[in-house]
Amino acid sequence: MSLDLISYAAFFLTMALTYAVMCLGLNIQWGQTGLFNVGIAAFVAIGAYASAILTTPDAPDRLGGFDLPIAVGWLGGALAAGLAAWFVGALTIRLRADYLAIATFGVAVSVQLCVLNIQPLTGGAFGIGFIPRPFNSLAGDPLAFGLANLALMAGLVLVLYLALQHLAKSPWGRVLRAIREDEVAAQALGKRPVRFRLQAFTIGGAIMGLAGAAQGHFIGFIAPDNYLPILTFQVWAMLIVGGSGNNRGAIIGAILVWGIWALSAAAVSAFVPPEQQARAAALQIVMIGVGLCLILLLRPRGLIGESRSLLSTRKSRKP
Amino acid sequence: MSDHDPYPASAHPTDAVIDARDLVKQFQGVSAVAGMSLRLGTGEMIGLIGPNGAGKTTLFNLIAGSLKPTSGEIWIGGREVSQESPERRIGRGVGRTFQIPRPFPEMTVLENVLTGAQGQHGEGLLANFLRPGRVRAEQKLAIDKARALLDFVTLSPLEHQPARILSGGQRKLLELARILMADPRAILLDEPAAGVNPALLETIMERVVELNREGRAILLIEHNMDMVSRLCTRVVAMALGQPLAEGTPAQVASNPAVIEAYLGGAA
Repeated sequence: MSLDLISYAAFFLTMALTYAVMCLGLNIQWGQTGLFNVGIAAFVAIGAYASAILTTPDAPDRLGGFDLPIAVGWLGGALAAGLAAWFVGALTIRLRADYLAIATFGVAVSVQLCVLNIQPLTGGAFGIGFIPRPFNSLAGDPLAFGLANLALMAGLVLVLYLALQHLAKSPWGRVLRAIREDEVAAQALGKRPVRFRLQAFTIGGAIMGLAGAAQGHFIGFIAPDNYLPILTFQVWAMLIVGGSGNNRGAIIGAILVWGIWALSAAAVSAFVPPEQQARAAALQIVMIGVGLCLILLLRPRGLIGESRSLLSTRKSRKP
Repeated sequence: MSDHDPYPASAHPTDAVIDARDLVKQFQGVSAVAGMSLRLGTGEMIGLIGPNGAGKTTLFNLIAGSLKPTSGEIWIGGREVSQESPERRIGRGVGRTFQIPRPFPEMTVLENVLTGAQGQHGEGLLANFLRPGRVRAEQKLAIDKARALLDFVTLSPLEHQPARILSGGQRKLLELARILMADPRAILLDEPAAGVNPALLETIMERVVELNREGRAILLIEHNMDMVSRLCTRVVAMALGQPLAEGTPAQVASNPAVIEAYLGGAA
């Protein structure tokens, strides 16, 4: 296998893992709690822009940058998106699923328009460039650079996966699933749905913000067009394909759907005449849509459905 | 089961666990409950009967906190709780079941019961990371208790099955086990016999009697008069949101107003 191919594979997997982080955020909101968030792009954008503002070098034409370390940017991005999710959640979390979807979609559109138009803060349509990239000193060696970034993202996904699995198996995770299944019954058992839903929405939003920050730093440039509703659609497709309610499914779905997305882009550029390629790009969405339909028909719970029990009790059952 | 004493010694109330006073509930001007009072003493088992539309479930939902009264007061354990949210009722010692059982269908039977556990530190987000030892210890105790309750309601063999596969009667037993996790002093049972096969119905009745003998007060909505007669020391009949008759099962069953209501005169 040529080194170029390995470099590309590392790049592909690193990008896929940034989507896996978004998917993990959505899984805690939808998969475990049943919160229909159709505003994923908003929280990803907030995380990306917050981190970019914190870490880019001083820019005279906009606020910041503050030239802080990348780790501070990631944390700041997660925190900003978490705060935004808490604020949006506090206003909307009592809404029924369909109304919550409408409200969050509105938030996503508003945030995208804000980053497009508040030029002194976000750079407007030109976006923010010169975002520091992790392991930038290795940039001269594409293979080492790609593998180092892949290792970093894989580490992040692993840490998040373990933490979220720990939570999913905990009494806290059990309450989330109970609220998802039947809010009235959960309430009769003394659980406070609004409190738990808001916590899940905030944590999910923070994770999406972290993903946005990580992706922005990996690419080195962000612009409003990165955060259109198509991003929300992609992440939803990833979770549904992988298996809603299952953290492993969220990760596998992200890699698989990103793979289909990347392959279809390559197929379009290989088989469609250059003058038609802009139109043919829509075929990517069609392919994902068809894939979604097939999954919903053939495996409605996704490739890896939710585990029946998150309790590890079988071995401890006394005879 | 048929030769058991339906009037346990503990059934003579000394103080009220639930005291509902002059409850009124109106929906857009229509009174579903129109001045009902009900006192459930410690260890007492009361049957609440009445034709469809009498307001039984509305009264039940008022006591359970799912609805707020238009006027009147609800006292639980000596505290006025009329405007409290429903999730606080179980902490006050009052657990409820639903007329149509509401299990968490995709969770296992054991997880369903565990959800009824109260005061779990693991339900706090940070405690799962900051105090994992305590959370684990509580979880272990809760699992042991949940398994004992599943034995009690005869659902142990199904503990790892998703609740969606349970029959109607099994779901009612599951709901009972779920609220027993919270050790309630009073249990509100909404039509536990509805749609249950005779064998499971016997199991349900036996368990209800046993819980009452432990000293738990029970308020039972039921159309099955045989069940009410066998279980309850006192029966309250409702019609049109108001009290119609009160007394022993035999007294209420022979009350002309009650007979008239059930035949369609009052409701």
